[in-house]
Amino acid sequence: MNYVIIGCGVAGIAAIEAIRSVDKTGGIVMIGDDPHGFYSRPGLAYYLTGELHDKALFPRTSDDLRKLNFNYVKGRVTRILRDRHLLEFAAGQAPLSYDRLLIAVGAQAMPLEVPGADLEGVLKLDHMEDAKRILKFARRGRTAVVVGGGITALELVEGLVSHGVKVHYLLRGDRYWSNVLDEQESRIVEHRLREEGVKLHFHAEVIEVADRNGKVSGVRLLTGEFLKCDLVAYAIGIRARTDLAKQAGLAIDRGILVNEYLQTNDPAIFAAGDVAQVYDPRSKRSVLDSLWGPARQQGHAAGLNMAGKPFAYIKAVPFNVTRLAGLTTTIIGTVGRGRDDDLVGIARGDSETWRQLPECMVAQTGEVNRLRLLIGEKILLGAIVIGDQKLSYPLEKIISGNMDISLIREKLLMPNAKVGDIVAEFWTGARIPH
Amino acid sequence: MGFLTFFKRDADKHTVLASGHVVPDSARCVQCGICTYNCPIGIDVRAHAWRGVPVVHSQCITCGECVARCPRGVLRFEQTDLFTKGGE
Repeated sequence: MNYVIIGCGVAGIAAIEAIRSVDKTGGIVMIGDDPHGFYSRPGLAYYLTGELHDKALFPRTSDDLRKLNFNYVKGRVTRILRDRHLLEFAAGQAPLSYDRLLIAVGAQAMPLEVPGADLEGVLKLDHMEDAKRILKFARRGRTAVVVGGGITALELVEGLVSHGVKVHYLLRGDRYWSNVLDEQESRIVEHRLREEGVKLHFHAEVIEVADRNGKVSGVRLLTGEFLKCDLVAYAIGIRARTDLAKQAGLAIDRGILVNEYLQTNDPAIFAAGDVAQVYDPRSKRSVLDSLWGPARQQGHAAGLNMAGKPFAYIKAVPFNVTRLAGLTTTIIGTVGRGRDDDLVGIARGDSETWRQLPECMVAQTGEVNRLRLLIGEKILLGAIVIGDQKLSYPLEKIISGNMDISLIREKLLMPNAKVGDIVAEFWTGARIPH
Repeated sequence: MGFLTFFKRDADKHTVLASGHVVPDSARCVQCGICTYNCPIGIDVRAHAWRGVPVVHSQCITCGECVARCPRGVLRFEQTDLFTKGGE
C-alpha cells in the first residue's frame, strides 16, 4: 500500500503513527510546504514572548522521525488527478502516485483587505516564518497596531508587548472576543491588557495602512483618526485550505466534508485537522475546529482507516486551554453565542461548537478568577475557567462524560450559589466508589 | 475560590517526592516544549505528554519546573503509591 499525506502538521504526524501501528512496510510519503516541517504551531505564541527559542518547538528529533520510516518531500501539490491517483507539484517536481491520500493542509489567515495591507510590515501569524518576521520587526519597531480577535490576536499583542513594543489593540466592537467570553470575562482580559500597557481602541476599524517610503507609517481608522505605527499585525480569522480539494471535485463546504471515518466523497481520499469539516453528533451539524487535540485525534483515526483498520472518529466536546492576557483559560463545550465583529468565521484555537445557544448560565467571580457554567436540563453544556484551574479537569470530565447533574442543578441555579464549591463537592462524590 | 478537601490531593512537591510522579493530561498538550526546555535534568517531558504516560524517570527530581512553567496546565504531581490514601 502506498500512502501519501499532504500537510506536515500534527494531523499528518498522528496519521503516520497510526498507519505504522497497522502497516509496518507500506510506503509513506509526507508532503509539506512549510520549510520547517513539523513543529508546535500553538507554541509559536511562547516563541513570540521569548519563553522558548525556535529549536525547542520541534517535538521530534530527526531520529524519532526516521523511526517512523517515511519520506518527507518538500513541495506544494497543485493538483490531485483522482482518476489516475496522481499528485502534481509546482516547480517541475515529478508527479507522485498514491493508493490512499490524506489531505491535512490546515487553515490559513484571512487576509486583511484594506489598501496598504501588502506592505512588508503588515504581518500575520500562520507559520514559524511569520513569527520570525514579527520578531524581526519587533526588534526594530517601536509602535504596533494589532487588529482582530480571538486567541491569535492576543498572542500577537502579548508577543509584541514582551519585546517592549507599544501596542494599540483595535477592536471593532465594544469588547474582546464577544461571542465566546461574556462581558465580565472580556473586561477581566481587557483590564489585564491595560495593566501591561496596551492601549485598547473600541469601535475601531482600519480602512487603510499608510506608508512612508514603502514602510508602514500608520493606520487610518473609519473615524478619520490616524494612529502612527511601524508595524501592523492582524488575526481576523482563518479559512480552511480547501483549494486543492475543490479543484479535485471533492465535496466541500467551509472545509472538506468527511464522514465519521474521515473519508471524503472519494473513498481513497481522507481529510483531517483544520481543513476537515466533521460531523458533530451533539449539534447534528458538520463543524470546523482549529484545535490541536481534535487535529491529532482525526489524524490518528484517518491513519487507521487508510491502513484498513476501521476506526470511527466521534467528535468529542471541544476543549482548549489557552492564556488570555497571562491568565490560563479553559474553554469546554458550549459557552458563547452569536458573532464577533473582530473575526471572520473561525479563529485559531477555536471551535464552532463553542458558539451555540446555552440554556442557562451561572457564574462565580473572584479577584482574577472566573468560573462560568452553561447548564442544560440534565447535563453541563459548557464551562469557562479563567485563572485558578483546579476545576477545569473535573469540569472537562463532567461535560465530556455527559454526567447527570440533576442532583446539583437546583443548587447551582440558586442566587449567589458558590458554583465552584458545588461542582467540587459533586466531583468528589462522583469519584468515590460506592 | 475556596474549594473542598478533594483538592488536597493536588499534592505539592513535598508530599510526592518519595512516591509521586509528574503526570500529563495529553488532551491539554500542544507539544510546545516549554516543559522539556525548562527541565534541569534534560528529560523530554513533552514526549511523555504526547504518549500520555507519567514521567517515570530515574533522574526526575520532581523539582516542579515543568509543572509550574506549562502554560496550559498539562502537568500535575500525582501520588502513585496505591497504598496512600487519596492516591489514584
